Amino acid sequence: MRGRIFLLLAAVLLAAPAFAEDPAECRIAGDLAVADFALQQVPQALRAKQLGILVLGAGSSTLPGPDGEKYAYPARLRESLAAKLPDVAVKLTTDVKAKRTAAEMVAAMPAALAAAKPSLVIWQTGTVDAMRAVDPDQFSAALAHGIDIAHAAGADVILVNSQYSPRTETLIALGTYEEDMRWVAVQQEIPLFDRFSIMKLWGDLGTFDLFTPTNKLDIAIQVHDCIGRLLADFVIAAAKPGEPSATAGGR
Amino acid sequence: MMAPVPSERDLRLDLFRGLALWLIFLDHIPSNAVSWITIRNYGFSDATEIFVFISGYTAAFVYGRAMHEHGFIVASARVLKRTWQIYVAHIFLFAIYLAEISYVAHSFANPLYSEEMGVLDFLKNPDVTIIQAMLLKFKPANMDVLPLYIVLLLCFSPMLWLLLRVPSMALVASAALYTLMWWFDWNIPAYPHGVWVFNPFAWQLLFVFGAWCALGGAQRLSRWIYSPVVCGLAVAYLCFAFFIAMTWYFPRLGVFVPKFVGEAIYPIDKTNLDILRILHFLALAIVTIRFVPRDWPLLKSKLLWPVIVCGQHSLEIFCAGVFLSFAGHFVFTEVSDRLPMQILVSLTGIVIMTGFAALLTWYRRVERRGPGPRPPAAKPGYVGGDA
Repeated sequence: MRGRIFLLLAAVLLAAPAFAEDPAECRIAGDLAVADFALQQVPQALRAKQLGILVLGAGSSTLPGPDGEKYAYPARLRESLAAKLPDVAVKLTTDVKAKRTAAEMVAAMPAALAAAKPSLVIWQTGTVDAMRAVDPDQFSAALAHGIDIAHAAGADVILVNSQYSPRTETLIALGTYEEDMRWVAVQQEIPLFDRFSIMKLWGDLGTFDLFTPTNKLDIAIQVHDCIGRLLADFVIAAAKPGEPSATAGGR
Repeated sequence: MMAPVPSERDLRLDLFRGLALWLIFLDHIPSNAVSWITIRNYGFSDATEIFVFISGYTAAFVYGRAMHEHGFIVASARVLKRTWQIYVAHIFLFAIYLAEISYVAHSFANPLYSEEMGVLDFLKNPDVTIIQAMLLKFKPANMDVLPLYIVLLLCFSPMLWLLLRVPSMALVASAALYTLMWWFDWNIPAYPHGVWVFNPFAWQLLFVFGAWCALGGAQRLSRWIYSPVVCGLAVAYLCFAFFIAMTWYFPRLGVFVPKFVGEAIYPIDKTNLDILRILHFLALAIVTIRFVPRDWPLLKSKLLWPVIVCGQHSLEIFCAGVFLSFAGHFVFTEVSDRLPMQILVSLTGIVIMTGFAALLTWYRRVERRGPGPRPPAAKPGYVGGDA
């Protein structure tokens, strides 16, 4: 028995470099975290060893509680990037406030961009617009406008869509907003991080139990940790369009 | 002046409306693998177009006859009575919806979803929400079809009057309203934000077109409908839509879609009934009636009876479908959402819808028979179906 454990341990240690450092739970959804378009500004920033990132988001970009911010995916993204790009100085700022629509975030964008001067904006949106049934045309227009503002400020944009939330699926009609985000991303040729499909896969496979009523943060922390790690792989892969994303994806 | 069609009810209407009701049920259960079989995945239009078109068709069929025989006032009164029934049905569904979400609000907490749970905030001020729901301005997700139907029927009498006198004028007026809607962005405001998911100014076109077809328009079009050229075009368009739909699921196929095509077709607007959706529905209809003639023997067979009987009680079965889709989602979250369960829930829902429709048919027959001597058989136009 002890011998077998030793063998297993040895195998894990040997395999570790190939898997980078993402836990298996995260890697299950790795195939879904593949960028369709390359980033333009981030490669330069990586060459200059200085990567500035602004995470613009609503309530699902943070977690409740005093330590919420520490466990939420933006902070996990920064740590994962720092580990995967040891020679690059990663500076990550967040502009995250709950209950904001895309249009409200666009209004806050110029100030946040001026303060952070990022080379990459990670923009999580869609859920609040769906909850408030914002006119889909206005939602698409706000997305396009925000992307233009970020591009004009010299930053790349990655869109992050809604969470998969099985309990509220009949209550929030995400469909149109998901499709609009996908379409705007294709039209503007920017990558979209498909958080919805990734979490749906975790839910379907039982990787994380997204159904249980709980007041504890444990599952939320694991989910955000994986989202942060996959997002880090996604950024790195999208910054190196020449290489297949699998190398950066740690798979 | 166009005479109302006097012939017996076209069972194809019940068949396809029943089918639309089944598809709407399947589509309304979130994350239901069985909904992969529904038509929305293989083209631009979905079951809503079928439902609205056939509703317009049957409304003209039933109330056109009433207006012809008993005049404008009597027919309008009957239309309004029907509108009221649908309104009551909608409020009933809203009550069920409130029960469901109140349960979710009290039984489910998860810090991961604190933002999403904000959708329940309106429970904190029911005074406003319930009144807005009764005004049809607050419409929860998946409860948008009945309010559309209510508004369309509410305004139907004058349109029917015009359809019976100058049918082509009525169709032109409807198309003009559709065009003006696109031009001026007309829609009805919703509560707390936004606009109606199914814009009545847009969807009226399909409803009026259905009514126009029922009142003789279909016969006028038959030369076109049965022309091989038109059928060929319809098939070509369906193939095009099918290919575009495949690019949604296999994004790699997207490279075969030229950029200008993508820019021309997207976004395919469901709220305002995109012209691509109308064309897709028309193409489907043209191909379908070519292969399913009015006297198709299968229409009287036991095989299609479950679908047809559902189509004959559309309002009740629609409501049952919405309720069952809530219940199905509840089973997914509380019991299991594995594939066998999804298939089981979908099949069970359809069996319940069929059983309920059969019960309604039986009940109607018993009521018609009533006490005392048997009354003469009901007029064919009213038999086996409602508007």
